[in-house]
Amino acid sequence: MANDLFKMPETAVSTDEFIKGLWRENPVFVQVLGMCPVLAVTNSGINAIAMGLATTFVLVMSNILVSSLRKVIPKQVRIATYILIIATFVTVVEYLIQAISLDLHKALGAFISLIVVNCVILGRAEAFASKNTLANSFLDGLGMGLGFTFALLCLGVVREILGSGTIFGIGLFPDGFQSWVVMILPGGGFFTMGAWLLFFNWLKERNKKREAALSESGTGVK
Amino acid sequence: MGNESLSFIFLNAALINNFVLAYFLGICPFLGVSGKLETATRMGGAVTFVMLISSTCAYGIHQLLVAVDAPFLQLISYIVVIASTVQLVEMFIKKFSPSLFRALGIFLPLITTNCAILGLALFQTNKGYNFAQSLVYALGAGIGFTLALVLMAGLREELELAEVPNLVKGTALTLMLAGILSLTFMGFAGLGG
Repeated sequence: MANDLFKMPETAVSTDEFIKGLWRENPVFVQVLGMCPVLAVTNSGINAIAMGLATTFVLVMSNILVSSLRKVIPKQVRIATYILIIATFVTVVEYLIQAISLDLHKALGAFISLIVVNCVILGRAEAFASKNTLANSFLDGLGMGLGFTFALLCLGVVREILGSGTIFGIGLFPDGFQSWVVMILPGGGFFTMGAWLLFFNWLKERNKKREAALSESGTGVK
Repeated sequence: MGNESLSFIFLNAALINNFVLAYFLGICPFLGVSGKLETATRMGGAVTFVMLISSTCAYGIHQLLVAVDAPFLQLISYIVVIASTVQLVEMFIKKFSPSLFRALGIFLPLITTNCAILGLALFQTNKGYNFAQSLVYALGAGIGFTLALVLMAGLREELELAEVPNLVKGTALTLMLAGILSLTFMGFAGLGG
């Protein structure tokens, strides 16, 4: 059994599993999963990065464990087992952050513990890691985690620049700048997220139109 | 922190620090189930119910964990208790009121992964509430959740009739709407700290 688990997979390790999470299947902008932390902790760039990295760590570790145990876990209790695995790693992360920076731990508050119920992690465990090889699951977790971090950063940077006039704590504007307090408030989170989704919708529409135009001109040449 | 009055705790959880609109907890069902007024009301009821039960359990577990000096087990035991509470409630409702069971449908098991429930258990522990305060906090949070869900569903039903550009339709529009609703709730901030 143990040999079987670490055997080279039939399908080679593909970098595509890593890349898809970053953009094409981005957990936040495309799948719209795990919205709670995305909106709650992105009032500054630093918070966004910390939350993103913590989630990435939990995602990678739980993907690794779920994938390596996938032939042992009985089907009936799989969800409960996944949640238990995830909760264990979240506890590890929580103590880790507390040890590294107490300020950060205070700023993120209960949202570190709430990584447990982040649907991205349970979703990847159920949809990917439970069916795929160890190496691929690792890459999938890493890609999805970094994609998640990227999305958090997109929101965090915009909200910090507009809401406090700083970026990662460094002042950007001269003294006269009137910051938009609304961007730091919860409402600003919803607005920023909505605006990003609009932007990505627009990008998608534009690409579709371009492709259509391209194929049309292609047939015209023939 | 442990001596706040019950009415303040209730108002705080339901309006001033509304779980959905100020803490961003339970956004998934908020965006997913708020399409129709009827389902929104039912979902709100189910969540309030589970909140009350899991709040009671979380209080007991916290006392137990403090007694055996094992705080690192907090998260794991909370999530296990919430999952089994939801399972238990599901079986109970199925046995005693099949009609209610059918009405709630898939929403009942999905409550397990609703972060508002786990958030509630963690917040009440952090704030050091006693038993009565925890119960009132859970009730307030549940009613606040229902209120946000029902308001949102009402707005979205109205918007069905409005003409919006294709680009905005869907999640983007819902998020903008939630933003405005959240700003409205900020007005309650003057009620207390």
